[in-house]
Amino acid sequence: MTALLSVQTHLPASSPATVQPSTAAAGPALVALRRDLLLAARHRSEVLTALTFFVVVTSLFPIGIGPEPELLRRIGPGALWVGALLATLLGLPRLFAADHADGTLEQMALSPRSFTLQIAGKVAAHWLLCGLPLVLLAPLLGLQFGLDGDVLGVLVVSLLLGTPLLSLIGSIGAALTLGVRGGGVLLALLVLPLFIPALVFGAGAVEAQASGLGVRGHLSVLGAMLVLALFFAPWATTAALRIAME
Amino acid sequence: MLTATELTCSRGERRLFDGLDFALEAGEWLHVKGENGSGKTTLLRTLVGLSPPDAGRTTWRGVDIRDDLQGYRRDLVYLGHPAALKDDLTPLENLRLALATDGVAASCEALGSALERVRLEDHKDLPARYLSAGQKRRVLLARLLLRRVDLWVLDEPFASLDAPAVDLLGTLLQRHLECGGVAVVTSHQPVPLAAGVEIAL
Repeated sequence: MTALLSVQTHLPASSPATVQPSTAAAGPALVALRRDLLLAARHRSEVLTALTFFVVVTSLFPIGIGPEPELLRRIGPGALWVGALLATLLGLPRLFAADHADGTLEQMALSPRSFTLQIAGKVAAHWLLCGLPLVLLAPLLGLQFGLDGDVLGVLVVSLLLGTPLLSLIGSIGAALTLGVRGGGVLLALLVLPLFIPALVFGAGAVEAQASGLGVRGHLSVLGAMLVLALFFAPWATTAALRIAME
Repeated sequence: MLTATELTCSRGERRLFDGLDFALEAGEWLHVKGENGSGKTTLLRTLVGLSPPDAGRTTWRGVDIRDDLQGYRRDLVYLGHPAALKDDLTPLENLRLALATDGVAASCEALGSALERVRLEDHKDLPARYLSAGQKRRVLLARLLLRRVDLWVLDEPFASLDAPAVDLLGTLLQRHLECGGVAVVTSHQPVPLAAGVEIAL
């Protein structure tokens, strides 16, 4: 205790002693989230890459298939979902790589605050920068496939539930392949099979709406998977990151 | 305050050190010496709890660090080899974020005066990518000024620093020890401090 007290006098008298551990300071998740958003604002091209990829890939289908409205309407939901899935995958190898290389990840792990919450903040930033723009753009791209208004609505809802799920699952893969040579390919092989349930129920919901069936079942399952992932993915990601840093 | 008992670490098949013991009391510092690749960084990473040792244990204030990691980390600053700076952000932003990560809120004046002490006041709005290696290390020194904790673990803190910065770090370490702090330092350069406990790996 005496040591603690004496350290209080650590700063030279000239510098203002306004630094104190503050309970009012933003939560660990928020700090990590804000930092990643700030970094993205300085480096916009990375954000636009995934979005551009999504637009280009989903536009290739109508161009390649030609003016066959029936066929386009059939494949639309699946094509849009696959596009969103691949666009999410595109940014994943970089999710932790930069922080790992420059030592930021170590500092986060050594912080007295929860590492898991900080990682959750990073994943939230990934979704805001990569997932949310996809959700917002999807209805516009859906028009190319001749999807109706109510179908587009379901598409948005399914992506709103699905893209955070993809980010969360992807973060586990990104953590597991961190520092592995050729990690990008391995990451795709590891994560894509895990994306399949999201794809089945997400695209399934949109197709169900298009063919006049109820969508509630599909969306409920998607929501349940999201809740499960919200609970377990940050924890699994943190565990994998700690192993990667050893 | 900081003790290590029978620490054993290996990297791959190679045993780096075996049965390492030391004890540091308040005001003492440990100078870890050894050739490149002899395991200095591994020892430091083991001491801060990033890598688990193959055997042995580390205690802080008499408690095994694995039993109270949260409390240990509140008392700890670790400056590793990578500078942990974001190239796209300015030293000021980097410093503020590093402190926020540790849950410490710092006022703009405190950040500014810390950067002034490490002579970066003219560069505080310049993205860190334009800083030299030594200037980047000096941003780390500013972190030492702003986070008041009892245990400093510094990996090659004198690397690429110029003479005034070496003096500044020497003074900071001196004051840290006088205030009852503990430091673990690896360095190939002579450390401008009264000799501490030494370990050669």
